[in-house]
Amino acid sequence: MKDFSNKYIMVFSVVMVVSVAILLSLTAMLLQPMQEKNVEVEKKMNILASINVVSDKSDAVQLYDRHIRESFVINTEGKKFEGVDAFTVTLRAEQKKPLAEQYLPVFIAVADNGDTLHILPLEGKGLWGPIWGYVSLKQDLSTIAGATFDHKGETPGLGAEINTTQFESQFHDKSIYENGSFVSVKVVKGGARPGNPHEVDGISGGTITSKGLEAMVRDGLVKYEKYLSQNRK
Amino acid sequence: MENVEKEPLWTAKTKKLLTNPLGMENPITVQVLGICSALAVTVKMKPAIVMAISVTVVVALSNLIIALMRKSIPGRIRIIVQLVVIATLVIIVDQFLKAFAFDVSKQLSVFVGLIITNCIIMGRLEAFAMANKPWPSFLDGIGNGAGYGLILIIVSFFREFLGSGSIMGYPVMEKLGVYKFGYEDNGMMILPPMALITLGLIIWVQRARNKSLIENK
Repeated sequence: MKDFSNKYIMVFSVVMVVSVAILLSLTAMLLQPMQEKNVEVEKKMNILASINVVSDKSDAVQLYDRHIRESFVINTEGKKFEGVDAFTVTLRAEQKKPLAEQYLPVFIAVADNGDTLHILPLEGKGLWGPIWGYVSLKQDLSTIAGATFDHKGETPGLGAEINTTQFESQFHDKSIYENGSFVSVKVVKGGARPGNPHEVDGISGGTITSKGLEAMVRDGLVKYEKYLSQNRK
Repeated sequence: MENVEKEPLWTAKTKKLLTNPLGMENPITVQVLGICSALAVTVKMKPAIVMAISVTVVVALSNLIIALMRKSIPGRIRIIVQLVVIATLVIIVDQFLKAFAFDVSKQLSVFVGLIITNCIIMGRLEAFAMANKPWPSFLDGIGNGAGYGLILIIVSFFREFLGSGSIMGYPVMEKLGVYKFGYEDNGMMILPPMALITLGLIIWVQRARNKSLIENK
């Protein structure tokens, strides 16, 4: 290998770093619209999945417009904020605000059988990074109609199992209230007791993700408690 | 390394570059490189396959790029140059996956970014691409990526089959109906230690068949 002068090394490094920077910014800029579209479509698919409507990339936008009737943002007292688009609210940013100022999005959907469902978004912490999801409540505002979860970087096959239908479907018909008080749904290591309406099975090898999910469901839904009790018929 | 001008593209020597890493010079079982990701992404077959493809693309292209620049890279900063090339390629692969294969990119999540730290890639750049022409370097990259991928797929096959009772997400054990006779999936198989043991068994089998791989005491 030749011996290069210090000047050569400096010039070489600068040229390399600048060209790599240009290349990467170009790639990012060119691909950004497609990536954002993917994220938006995925969000719509997730919201639809929580009311048990199966969609794919091609029909998600269309199905979303058909099923989601209304969306608005409330605070912990159950009062609506005007002029805020619920779809664009990012929960992670909201959670950093004081509780009273947080935007809490609510999506009102109509299921295939004509039931009106309330979809509530959730956001929490898994083992490696954020986890999030949507839970839809039936007309009694207490029974879960469906749930969908997703994650940024949980271990494939372990914590990442929270976004499988097998895990999510356990939440169907679970109740977050018992005798009028909020109890949420527990994710139980070693398996839920059969017939218990407030428990689902945890994930083997994914204990911390399971715990994080349980905390996310509890802390996320409790913020809507006032709204839910005001609107319960 | 001898440098013969006007070498044909396809000779017995270039073929060896592709086939050797699959067996006798396998990066995982013989050189014991890239173990970390081999343990992490082998719980299910699908992520393992996508990971194998991504690593192959990155190692082949970075080998090619480094081989093209090999004469102008200053020796004192060569490791940094290699890292920049690898990191750039990995970010581009990641961006493309996010734009065109969103589902797959979500499944692999952090592991795509972690390709940067895969010792096989830097090992190949340092050991091969810095001293060889672009075309053999490219083939060497493909070969090593494939050798890595092969082991990943074998390990993930056993881990998914015995640990989750499925192959490529298809519930084989359930269809066979063995659960009715009291069979249960082995939860141990999903945990990282069993990946190491599976890998150890593969190395054992390979060495038992090829005595030449056993080191002299």
